[in-house]
Amino acid sequence: MIEIGKEIQTAAYLFASILFILSLSGLSSQESAKRGVLYGIVGMAIAIIATLLGKGVGGHVYIIAAIAVASVIGILVARKVEMTAMPQLVAILHSFVGLAAVLVGFGSYLDPKTHTLTGAAHTIHLVEVFVGIFIGAITLTGSIIAWGKLDGKVPSKPWSFKGLQLMNLLLLSACIVLGVFFCKAEGTGGMVYLGIMTAIASFIGVVLVMAIGGGDMPVVVSMLNSYSGWAASAAGFMLGNDLLIVTGALVGSSGAILSMHMCHAMNRSFFSVIFASGSGAGNGGEKKAIEGEVTALNHEEVAGLLKEARSVVIVPGYGMAVAKAQYPIYDMVQTLRKAGKNVRFAIHPVAGRLPGHMNVLLAEANVPYDIVMEMDEINDDMPDTDVVMVIGANDVVNPSAQDDPASSIYGMPVIEAWKADKVIIMKRSMSAGYSGEDNPLFYKPNSEMLYGDAKASVEKILGFLKN
Amino acid sequence: MKVGIPSEIFPNELRVAATPKTVKRLQKQGFEVYIQHNAGIKANFSDKEFEEAGAKIVNTAADIYGNSDIVLKVKEPSAEEVSMMKEGLVLLSYLWPAQNQELLKKLAEKKVNAVAMDAIPRISRAQKMDVLSSMANIAGYRSVIEGSFHFGRFLNGQITAAGKVEPAKVLVIGAGVAGLAAIGAANSLGAIVRAFDTRKEVAEQIESMGAQFLTVEIEEDGATSSGYSKEMSKEFIEAEMKLFLEQAKEVDIVITTAQIPGRPAPKLWLDYHVAAMKPGSVIVDLAASTGGNCALTKDGEVYTTDNGVTIVGKLNQLPNQASQLYGNNLCHLLDDMGKAEKFKIDMEDAVVSRAMVTYDGKVNWPPAPLQVSPTAGGGAKKATAPTTEEVKISEQEKAKKTALTTLISLAVVGGLLLLVGKFAPSEFIQHFTVFVLAVFVGWQVISNVSHSLHTPLMAVTNAISGIIIIGGLLQTTDDFANPITILACIAILVASINVVGGFVVTHRMLKMFKK
Repeated sequence: MIEIGKEIQTAAYLFASILFILSLSGLSSQESAKRGVLYGIVGMAIAIIATLLGKGVGGHVYIIAAIAVASVIGILVARKVEMTAMPQLVAILHSFVGLAAVLVGFGSYLDPKTHTLTGAAHTIHLVEVFVGIFIGAITLTGSIIAWGKLDGKVPSKPWSFKGLQLMNLLLLSACIVLGVFFCKAEGTGGMVYLGIMTAIASFIGVVLVMAIGGGDMPVVVSMLNSYSGWAASAAGFMLGNDLLIVTGALVGSSGAILSMHMCHAMNRSFFSVIFASGSGAGNGGEKKAIEGEVTALNHEEVAGLLKEARSVVIVPGYGMAVAKAQYPIYDMVQTLRKAGKNVRFAIHPVAGRLPGHMNVLLAEANVPYDIVMEMDEINDDMPDTDVVMVIGANDVVNPSAQDDPASSIYGMPVIEAWKADKVIIMKRSMSAGYSGEDNPLFYKPNSEMLYGDAKASVEKILGFLKN
Repeated sequence: MKVGIPSEIFPNELRVAATPKTVKRLQKQGFEVYIQHNAGIKANFSDKEFEEAGAKIVNTAADIYGNSDIVLKVKEPSAEEVSMMKEGLVLLSYLWPAQNQELLKKLAEKKVNAVAMDAIPRISRAQKMDVLSSMANIAGYRSVIEGSFHFGRFLNGQITAAGKVEPAKVLVIGAGVAGLAAIGAANSLGAIVRAFDTRKEVAEQIESMGAQFLTVEIEEDGATSSGYSKEMSKEFIEAEMKLFLEQAKEVDIVITTAQIPGRPAPKLWLDYHVAAMKPGSVIVDLAASTGGNCALTKDGEVYTTDNGVTIVGKLNQLPNQASQLYGNNLCHLLDDMGKAEKFKIDMEDAVVSRAMVTYDGKVNWPPAPLQVSPTAGGGAKKATAPTTEEVKISEQEKAKKTALTTLISLAVVGGLLLLVGKFAPSEFIQHFTVFVLAVFVGWQVISNVSHSLHTPLMAVTNAISGIIIIGGLLQTTDDFANPITILACIAILVASINVVGGFVVTHRMLKMFKK
């Protein structure tokens, strides 16, 4: 097999880094997004090939076997997964990066080559290994729990107790102490400390995500995305590999930005979400009593309202994802549009369980994205809208966020559905949203409920519309 | 607590501050309601209806003013009415505090706590109690109806067997609430509607109501921080007059709604504009009570000029409807003030403190300026002098503070970096440099990603973070019994799943996005 020199390898890595940056920037618009993915694939291929051809890499057979097996698994999973299950897939993939980081860390520690280092260089290397494994382990178990929560295998209610933060703090200090011992240990004698630390970090990962409620999952998923990047970056430090460092840092900061976006959209501080200390807003003052009563319509009446409406806005939420209602919804939208009505979708930044979740689902159903609006784009049009259909969304249309300082979601920007002439809320029951807040919207005089599964309901409405 | 509603004594005031519906609402809030005999008669509410709604009928105004805790009124009280009021009474009424300083003094002397309903600040929270808006809405609607009545032709265009009818052209000047309501009403009757306003920001609102926005070619925005418009420069007004003259020759109905709070209405439609209009055209002047926007308007009168233009200076107030809306506004305010049980005058509250023009024997006018949302920084120029300076100073202090914190944090970062540089080997520093720069690049690149692409982005970064596969690759050796190789192989396996799975799934998702 041909071998390439270190310089050429470095050049290849640089090229791969550039491609990764282009890949991410390509995702800034729909038109260039596909090109972005292509850049990413090419970059990854160049990186892998340059590494394989480099000096000191052995076991090509095993490597190729492992990659082949993994590719089959990867393709199968990615093909099979339903778009509604996308959050789960993303979460579980994060855990793989975490696992790989842990394994690489242990491998690096066991590697006799690294023990030839002396002095500060050796200590720094050990710290890098230690930190890399720590982040990797948290990412691994945290992502597994996140996957469980999203998949319904783990209860999505926040699981927390008093002194949780204190415990985490103690565990963290324990890890630091272990780290000091680890750095002082001779040869591979620090293995015990490393093992214990990995166990503790894994435990922290579990507890950290357990304490976060289902509604905050978009933040958690993007945070874990960020962690997986930092883990890769740490691995880069321990191996002295700039490509890993750069790529890890790109992913890490991208995840961090996404989490901040999400937090901003919910008007909560990042720390209050991550440390599950409840919400920052809404302390003190008593809750506003809700006035009015809930009135319900049947499918035929809803169809009648839609027939008379000139402009309709649909606000989808997680309920649409659960019911997989996006296909019948788009059928309904097409029927209405054919009748000359202005039908648009309003997407709240945190609707669903993953950043941009709703957009993906609607895209799956072939909804053209020029009728899919962001909250800020459409709020001004609400007063001119005849009918708003809220499908499986709750907190994102809760007026308490604007007018009730005692509400836990006070200050969160919301879609102002109540300003429309008529609001139809499709819901399975009268239960509260993920924030646990009651929703005064349901009690407004211009609100009507339509109970039942979103998909079945939309199909029924569609039936009446077509008659 | 007792709420009293006196009859309005001003002969042209047809409204009443409560209706049977709002009486019921007041009782729900926990108030006892007393209403003067025949108070609602001019608005078509009989005593019987009020009684059925649960109000007690009282014979004289003195009883109302002497025994109630809260009095609801429409028109500002006369001196005689003020003299009947008891100490500590809470009065909710139109007061026009800027024009009625004398009245405020009298109310303060009497220790009446008066809320000027016309001084409720125009912020979102207070919209439900904004009487100017609710009344302006009625006036705007009615102006079209009355204008159309005097106009005597169809408003909409028709092509009939008997011939073609041209649609009427309506010009609305001033696109506040009344103006927008007028645009809406005229538009729905089928007229061609044009509208003029000095505030550029309302162009969109005008167009959304179905009118064409007229503007002059001079860069000047009439918006102010209070949500009302200001008086414009001389050049602007000249250009405006020219525009109006062109319009005067064309339009059939002119509706003027321009008012500046606390001042006489600006004269916008001058004698030569009226002279240029076609016979049979109509001018409806909603600002007639503050002097009129049209130079020829006679307040309270409808008359036809020599060249056949009818000028309407008097509008039916739709007293029944208006009373209902006004009464609702009052209920909302009382709701906000704690209803009967927890009724409290909270001078910390932004709405109450601004509308409460007399409190505890003192006149509380003019209130501190309050920013309203519409312009968001468009022009906070003309506040009272000390406050602007105060704001400036606090802004400067804030800027200083941020500068200081930035400086300190930069110093800390610099110090830490120096420390790292002192102890760490050069190789580490190199990697570290790369790392920090990459973080910044990532930050910049991702900030541009659109919301809708967040899920694909996540999947791509996921795939890319599979780059950790390199770590595994570098560690594999030919010796499979070596534990490092086994670890590395597993790492390669999971990382590859990540890479392949991530890219495939992203590709799948992006394929679905189409225009």
